[in-house]
Amino acid sequence: MATTTVIPATPAPKLNYLNNGHTLKSWLLTTDHKRIALLYLVSVTAMFMLGGFFAMLIRLELLTPQGDLMQADTYNKVFTMHGMIMVFFFLVPVVPAVLGNFLVPLMVGAKDLAFPRINLLSWYLYVAGGLLFLHCMLNGGVDTGWTFYTPYSTVGSNTNVIEAGLAIFLAGFSSIFTGLNFIVTVHRMRAPGLTWGRLPLFIWSNYATALVMILGTPVLAITIVLVAVERSFHLGIFDPNLGGDPLLFQHLFWFYSHPAVYIMILPSMGVISEVIACFTRKRVFGYKFVALSSVAIAVFGFLVWAHHMFVAGISLYAALVFSFLSFSVGVPSAVKVFNWTATLYKGSITYATPMLYAFGFIGLFTIGGLTGLMLATIGINVHVTDTYFVIAHFHYIMVGGALMGYLGGLHFWWPKITGRMYPEAWAKLSAMFVFFGFNLTFFPQFILGYLGMPRRYWQYPPEFQVLNVLSTAGASVLAVGYLLPMIYLLWSLRYGPIAGDNPWGAAGLEWKTTSPPPTFNFDETPVVTWEAYNYDEIPEPKELEAPVAR
Amino acid sequence: MAQPESTHEHDLTVEHEHTTHSQGFYIAIGAVLLVLTITTAAVAFINLGPFNPVVALLIATIKATLVILFFMHVKGASEKLTGVVVLSAFFFLAILLTLSLADYLTRSWR
Repeated sequence: MATTTVIPATPAPKLNYLNNGHTLKSWLLTTDHKRIALLYLVSVTAMFMLGGFFAMLIRLELLTPQGDLMQADTYNKVFTMHGMIMVFFFLVPVVPAVLGNFLVPLMVGAKDLAFPRINLLSWYLYVAGGLLFLHCMLNGGVDTGWTFYTPYSTVGSNTNVIEAGLAIFLAGFSSIFTGLNFIVTVHRMRAPGLTWGRLPLFIWSNYATALVMILGTPVLAITIVLVAVERSFHLGIFDPNLGGDPLLFQHLFWFYSHPAVYIMILPSMGVISEVIACFTRKRVFGYKFVALSSVAIAVFGFLVWAHHMFVAGISLYAALVFSFLSFSVGVPSAVKVFNWTATLYKGSITYATPMLYAFGFIGLFTIGGLTGLMLATIGINVHVTDTYFVIAHFHYIMVGGALMGYLGGLHFWWPKITGRMYPEAWAKLSAMFVFFGFNLTFFPQFILGYLGMPRRYWQYPPEFQVLNVLSTAGASVLAVGYLLPMIYLLWSLRYGPIAGDNPWGAAGLEWKTTSPPPTFNFDETPVVTWEAYNYDEIPEPKELEAPVAR
Repeated sequence: MAQPESTHEHDLTVEHEHTTHSQGFYIAIGAVLLVLTITTAAVAFINLGPFNPVVALLIATIKATLVILFFMHVKGASEKLTGVVVLSAFFFLAILLTLSLADYLTRSWR
């Protein structure tokens, strides 16, 4: 009797989260944290491009002293939309919802987040908020500035304030759900042996971020509802003519919105800790202090909000207290910067792309942080309030810090997320474009602000033009730096070299599973018997040998 | 391939021990909340002078307490972590109130 043996021509590809279902339904109804992270990646990238478009309109208008590209009213709407999109729809969700969603379960050795359905709901809320904001934008937009200051937002503005507020309200709940998931996952789902003292610093920083999300965001939601109630029903809450107090709005708004800065920067700080440890082949210096400094930043961040209100008419004595407390946030922030720097000392440094972003982060965050201390000083604050000095300061934190961290993290974990390597030379080039473009855009704004150029005007005296032209030129370079990764990362999905499970030779549970990981992350629940960042026990991969400097 | 709804095995293994109440109990609590809401609205029509906000806040506090204790299952929760979560929330509320009042109460000082 004849027998036949069928030998497959090529082995079937290993099942992973990407090839586990190809239908649109399998993506839109997924509860896999990794797929939801990719849904977020696409969404926040779209919002980033929209916010970036408005940024370019701002810079083009400010190329000349005259208001020649758009009318004053249009300019008000453009900077408002830029701010609202970038803060609420990009910077707040970007690292936690994309990298955090993907990595938190992997890093703690779990199969998913604690509440997978709530995780998906969080993405749908984000999308609903984003679509509502787009609708608001296409119907004339909103012109209050991203801060919604009263009484203008409740009695002055004739634009779509309530719709914009509702969109941010929805995005806020998306943020709360992400935070809730992270806290429960970190408490409940850590692998056996993964004690708090062994957690990766990315987990510590996302945990601290989640605390701020849960404790702060409801206050913003309530404040937006109060604005809508006063605007719709003329109940006296913030309007002095109705017996309200406009400073009450500022207290409530900044109680969330100052800690929101730490929602943006803390997860990126976690990324930087991971990257620096990997590319110096060392345990992060002062691990416990770096871990606890994340929690300290989260807590101290709630004590400083009124430094945004020094010239608004608050009590001088309260201003003194808030000024002092604002300096306190500098301590845990400095702990991180000094400890990262100490980690570099005698490290085996490799200048890979994620490390370039980490270097950029440290320098730019330090400038942003130190100018923050200047702004916490009442005397200087009074001089530069509402000038371009403030604009430059917070862009150094949010763009120079948070966004650099995100890009560094995206490159670092791209092989894990996609199973492919990105083109290193192009990536290094774009990191350079981002760094130099960023500084050319925003450093002149420190000088402009110190010379007295106010924010939120579409015209300015001719003597400010040179610095504004430099800033606009820098924004163009920066735009190239942001567009390049979008191109080569997409290219790498098809043509990038196949990445191994651990191309960087990195520590951490996420590198112990396949790239891309299987749907349930690990074939067997890992048992952790080692300390975090045990680089002395991990061989350096060949590609990372012969570094530029040791 | 369809994915199971819950993808975690070893999660949430710590038993959730808290007092469970009957459906009727929760309906009763809901009814009390509705009555208190109506009371708030009714009291708003009576001018109590400086006690207007006091009464409104008192009723609101009672309502919030009922929600926290019963609908959020804090009463009867066996874990210390639940207590920590609740205390943390009140601690941050206290920060909001205290530091805001630090402004309001000292604004007239010169």
